[in-house]
Amino acid sequence: MATENVQAEHGGGLALDPMHQFEVTPLIKIPLGGIDAHFTNSSLWMVIGVALILIVMLASSRKLVPGRLQSVAELGYEFVANMLRDTVGDAGRPYFPFIFTLFVFILAMNMQGMLPGSFTVTSHIIVTFAMALAVFIGATIIGFIKHGFGYLKLFVPSGVPSVLLPLLVVIEVISYFTRPISLSVRLFANMMAGHTMLKVFGGFVVGLGVLAGWVPLAVMVAITGLEVLVAFLQAYVFAVLTCIYLNDAIHMHDH
Amino acid sequence: MDAEAAKLIGAGLAAIALAGAGVGIGLIFGNYLAGALRNPAAAPGQFANLLLGFALAEATGLFGLVVSLIILFVF
Repeated sequence: MATENVQAEHGGGLALDPMHQFEVTPLIKIPLGGIDAHFTNSSLWMVIGVALILIVMLASSRKLVPGRLQSVAELGYEFVANMLRDTVGDAGRPYFPFIFTLFVFILAMNMQGMLPGSFTVTSHIIVTFAMALAVFIGATIIGFIKHGFGYLKLFVPSGVPSVLLPLLVVIEVISYFTRPISLSVRLFANMMAGHTMLKVFGGFVVGLGVLAGWVPLAVMVAITGLEVLVAFLQAYVFAVLTCIYLNDAIHMHDH
Repeated sequence: MDAEAAKLIGAGLAAIALAGAGVGIGLIFGNYLAGALRNPAAAPGQFANLLLGFALAEATGLFGLVVSLIILFVF
């Protein structure tokens, strides 16, 4: 049934399978017992992204009057520092390196996914879920260290009639534990949907040919611009929500 | 009903979730514009919240799209 579908799509003008771009293929096979530890194309693009970040961050000269590369690095630093100061306040200073690393990593991964032929690391839920789970577990541990068992009061909203309280506690607990899921699915879904959409429109351009193909091509250029915005926005949203969860853990309700 | 047909109909139904995302994004930008025209001085300060709201509203619709794609390509 599935093969028939693929053939029908090929006949119908969709030249490429839109999901093919998300395929993870091992480049260097690393046998490590029963564990799959291959160096994949996903790993390769992560290494490229981190190398680019390091070039911007480390290779830029440290002058009083910044050059181009140093300006980019300072802009990124100021942006994340302001974001952390606005949401968490001064208590968030020790966590700045983590938030900054998270933001810059996701931004680099999303942006290099916009290059044609590249691989979008953040379009795989396992990558985003690992990051979201790290944020969730970290924020929970910080909350328990700062407040002890008083951190459980986070689940009990204040100023609520006692009849409603059991219901609201259940809702609060559920909403707390769905945080890593919503955080990871938001990033992964945006990246995957965007790239699938670009590929489908690419199929339209090829399918309609020279005569009518320029209509979807114009739409595609506009959508590519939107996708660049989304790539930045999702990195920003991920970092802001991490800051908000951190703020919950540090200040609980008294902000 | 054929299982394949049911799969395609289900994927189409799951994509209806994107209608809600469209309404949400429209509300956010419309209300931002209305507020910005009433008080242009306060508008730049709320631009970050605008983008945050846009991304959050879009994500809820994309959850439905992910369900649709899972139905199409995983099962």
